[in-house]
Amino acid sequence: MAGVFREEHGRLLAALVRRFGDLDLAEEVASEAVEIALTRWPVDGVPPNPGAWLMTTARRRAVDRLRRDRAYAERLAVLRVEAERADPAPAADVGDGLPDERLQLFFTCAHPALPAEDRVALTLRCLAGMTTPEVARAFLVPVETMAKRITRAKKKIREARIPFRVPGADELPERLPGVLQVVYSIFTEGYAAHRSELAEEAIRLARILRALMPAEREVAGLLALLLLVHARREARGDELVLLEEQDRALWDRAMIAEGTRLVEVALTGGRPGPYGVQAAIAALHDEAADLADTDWPQIVALYEVLLALLPSPVVALNRAVAVAMRDGAEAGLALLDELADDPQLRSYHPYSTARAELLRLLGRDSEAALAFRRALELAGTESERAHLRRKLEG
Amino acid sequence: MKYMLLINAGSIDASGGAAECSVEDWMAYDKDVREAGVLVSGESLADLVTATTVRVGEDGKRLVTDGPFAESREVLGGFYVIDVPDLDAALDWAARCPGARGSGSVVVRPVADFGA
Repeated sequence: MAGVFREEHGRLLAALVRRFGDLDLAEEVASEAVEIALTRWPVDGVPPNPGAWLMTTARRRAVDRLRRDRAYAERLAVLRVEAERADPAPAADVGDGLPDERLQLFFTCAHPALPAEDRVALTLRCLAGMTTPEVARAFLVPVETMAKRITRAKKKIREARIPFRVPGADELPERLPGVLQVVYSIFTEGYAAHRSELAEEAIRLARILRALMPAEREVAGLLALLLLVHARREARGDELVLLEEQDRALWDRAMIAEGTRLVEVALTGGRPGPYGVQAAIAALHDEAADLADTDWPQIVALYEVLLALLPSPVVALNRAVAVAMRDGAEAGLALLDELADDPQLRSYHPYSTARAELLRLLGRDSEAALAFRRALELAGTESERAHLRRKLEG
Repeated sequence: MKYMLLINAGSIDASGGAAECSVEDWMAYDKDVREAGVLVSGESLADLVTATTVRVGEDGKRLVTDGPFAESREVLGGFYVIDVPDLDAALDWAARCPGARGSGSVVVRPVADFGA
C-alpha cells in the first residue's frame, strides 16, 4: 500500500495545488487523505481507483478547511483570480488520459528564484513524495535544518508568488535545464555517496519527466545518462572502483539497453544537448568489452561537441584523457599541461591523478609520484585516498 | 500582485546614467511599461551626490549627513512598482529593463500585502 501512496502522492499534490493555488493547503489535505486511507482501506479494501479516491477525499478536506477559515479562503480566491489572469488557458493535457499536473509542480520546485539546495529538497518532497526527515537523511543534514529550508522555500513560493505553470515555448529553453539540473544533482548526490536509493529516486523522477515531455530530447538524454551510469553500480561497489578495473560482467545489461535506445532519441533530429552527448559517451563505455575495445576516437569527438556546448575545465580534462587513450600518453599530457593554470583544476584531484597516470606511462616516475601526492592531498573521501595510496605504492 | 523593481546602476557615466544603455532604451522601456497597463509608479533618482541621510538618535536629535556615497558597487538609480499576476511576469519586466544590462542589476521585491 505504501507503494500506491508514493506513486500517487506527486500527482495528487500537483492536482491539489492547481485546484487550490496553495502548496501548504495541498500538502496538508493530501497527507490527511493518506491518513484516512490508511485506516479505511485495510477494513473496506483498496478502492478500484485509489488515485481518484485520494483526490476526492483530499478535495473534501480542503473545502471543509476553507469553509471554516473565511479569511484564508478569501486569500486563496484572490490568488486564483490572479492565476487566471496569468494563465487564462487551463493546463494543457500533457498525456492522452487524465491531465497530469506534475510538470507545473516540477517547474515551481526548480524555479530559478529559489536557492539551488531548496530546489532539490522541494522536488524530493513534493514530487518524489519523500518526507522531510527522509530528505534530511538523504542529504545528511539535521531534520530541523531541512525543515527550515523547506519552510523557507514554501514561504517564498507563497509570498513572492512563484507561479505553478509550465513555461511557454519561448521560455522553455531557459527553464528546462534548471529542472533537469535538479534531477541530475539528486543523482550525483546518490552516486558520490554510494547511495543507490537516492540515485534510483532521480531515475524515477527522470522517468516521470520523460513521460510528461516526450518531445524534449534533453529529457531523454538525462534519463539515458542516469541509466547508463547507474547500470555500473554493482561493479563500482562501496569502494571507488575505476572504470578500467570494474568487472564488466556485473553491469546491468537491461539498463544499458534501455539507456542506449534513449541516447538514439536524444541525438536524433537536431542539435544535441549536453545530457544527450554525455549519455552517448557513457553508452560507448558501457558497450565496450574493455578499455582497449572502447571507441576512443568517437569519445574524443563527443567530448569536443560537449566542450562547445558546455565549456568547462572538467570537460577539457576528460577530453585530454580520451585523447591520451586514442593517441598515447604524450598527446594527452600535452593537453593536460595546457590546463595547468586553471584555478578550478588546480584543486581538483582527478586532474592530478590523470597527470600522474600519464607521467608514469611515460616512465617519468618521480614526477608521477609528485602528482600522486598532490592528488592525495586534494582527494575528498577516504575511498579516493585509499585508491591513490595503492597507486602510489604500485 | 505588486512588485517593486529596484534598479541598481552598475557603472555610472559622466551624465549620471548607466553606461550600458541609451536614453532611447529607457524611453522605449518606460513606454512599454505604461502601455502594458502594469505600471503603478516609477521614478528615476537624481545623482547620488545630491543625496542626504537623516538619522534620529536616542535623544531625539536629528543627524543630517551628506551622502551616502557609493561604497558598494550597487547604487539605487530608480524604481518601478508594477502590478502583474506573478513572479514570472515580474521577472520578465525586470529582464527587459535596460538597467539590468551590463554591470547593472534589477532586484525584484514583492510589495508586502497586509490587507489580505
